[in-house]
Amino acid sequence: MFKPHVSIEKLNVYYGEHHVLKDITVDIPERRITAIIGPSGCGKTTFLRSLNSLIDLVDEVRLSGKVLVDGVNIYDNGVDVTSIRKRMGLIAQMPNPLPMSIYDNVAYGPRIHGVKDRKELDQIVEQCLRASSLWGEVEGRLREPASKLSMGQQQRLCLARALAVEPEVLLCDEPTSALDPISARHIEEQLITLKKDYTIVFVTHILRQARRLADYAVFLYLGELVEHGPAGEVLANPKEPRTQAYLKGEIS
Amino acid sequence: MDRRKLEENIFKGMMIASTLIVVGSLLSVFIVVILKGAPALSISMLTQIPKGGYYLGKEGGILNAIVGSLYLAGGATTISFLISLPTALYLHEYAGRRLATLARQSLDVLWSVPSIIYGAFGFTVMIYLGMRASLLGGIMALTLLEIPIMTRVMDEVINTVPLRLREASYALGATKLETAWNVVARQALPGILTAVLLASGRAIGDAASLLFTAGYTDNIPSSLFDPVASLPLALFFQLGTPFPEVQQRAYASGAILLVIVLSLSIASRLLIKRFTKYVIR
Repeated sequence: MFKPHVSIEKLNVYYGEHHVLKDITVDIPERRITAIIGPSGCGKTTFLRSLNSLIDLVDEVRLSGKVLVDGVNIYDNGVDVTSIRKRMGLIAQMPNPLPMSIYDNVAYGPRIHGVKDRKELDQIVEQCLRASSLWGEVEGRLREPASKLSMGQQQRLCLARALAVEPEVLLCDEPTSALDPISARHIEEQLITLKKDYTIVFVTHILRQARRLADYAVFLYLGELVEHGPAGEVLANPKEPRTQAYLKGEIS
Repeated sequence: MDRRKLEENIFKGMMIASTLIVVGSLLSVFIVVILKGAPALSISMLTQIPKGGYYLGKEGGILNAIVGSLYLAGGATTISFLISLPTALYLHEYAGRRLATLARQSLDVLWSVPSIIYGAFGFTVMIYLGMRASLLGGIMALTLLEIPIMTRVMDEVINTVPLRLREASYALGATKLETAWNVVARQALPGILTAVLLASGRAIGDAASLLFTAGYTDNIPSSLFDPVASLPLALFFQLGTPFPEVQQRAYASGAILLVIVLSLSIASRLLIKRFTKYVIR
């Protein structure tokens, strides 16, 4: 059995009157890749964003239930949301580099969390860019604007930036969907390497990608958790008729 | 087919004509002011204070007004910037929707308030406080004039900063202040500079708000509580005299004002280019 790292209990999310996530209860296993699959509009992204409380940025959002990270509910009063977000790195669908240099993009996180020493920052930047296998391509031009990089490079920069604050969990929201196939493969390879040290939650609507990467799979449909379990079972021999229909391409 | 082609040609003609009117009026303003002011333009115009009084004097220069205008606009722009940037960031990053809407509507109203009203308001406040016409009073009136422009332009610019940039920052555990300052303000920097330029351009060219608040003098102020001259009022007074020589000096003052505004505009454009380097498109 997998050891749970993040436990979601009876999570409900509403945008205004719209009930987006309905009573979700599931455990995310530690140091594994968990794929969240389901048709578009089923609440995958909302689910991901409720794990690091980023959903708070949306107007008129209501949330009930618990998200326990190492046993602490991140929605409890008095829990510091910035420290939660620091522990949960996010890779967005579209690469979103910050309006600064390549170096400063990676150093941004450590700086706001108090790292001031120049040498230490240099070290973190190099280490994280190596971990996202971007170092070789940007080594000589760290002062250039991040916007000059290609989309694929930008996404790896975002990965390096997320790693720089030493998170425990990586939340990936279809991180390859805006990329060309080669860049997408780069990212996939990185994630497989990274799961030694990180718990990875991976939203995708590409089933083949889920099969390639996932150890654990969660199927959402219309805001409901239909089925979850080891990826081999859910993606190959699903028990639920709705999962079967989705895998056959009958519902989307 | 022919009718549509005719339509196309008529409207294209009208658009070209409108554009020519715009460019033409800009050029003619410059040409008239510079031609009429040219005979009076001289080095002493730039380096000396008036001799024989600003109203009737035919000798000396308008250094008092040049320095005065720079003091006034510089002071007002600095204070406005220190108020406008935090306000604009607050409206976006912290304020609730209702407060933000109310603030924006108020600023829009303030933007369209004629500057003489700010002058009159400033005058009333100054009387109440027992102040006389002074550099400080003028700066206060111009600040009132600048704040709505600067804040609203910054506000519009900040509005174009994509949500995903804020998200990237928040997802790393940044606070609102860190995000507003390091990400939002940085992304919006070129637009923020444009806001400063627009507002200071309005301030340096305004006469009405200064009439009662800053006063006018032949001297360069040595403290915030001295009266101060300004280029728009130099123009106003000199054009009002019955002597053609003095009227010529009014146009020269106008030409100097135009050159100052133009160089401000060019300088900030160059500056904006530099700061666009890191902006995410």
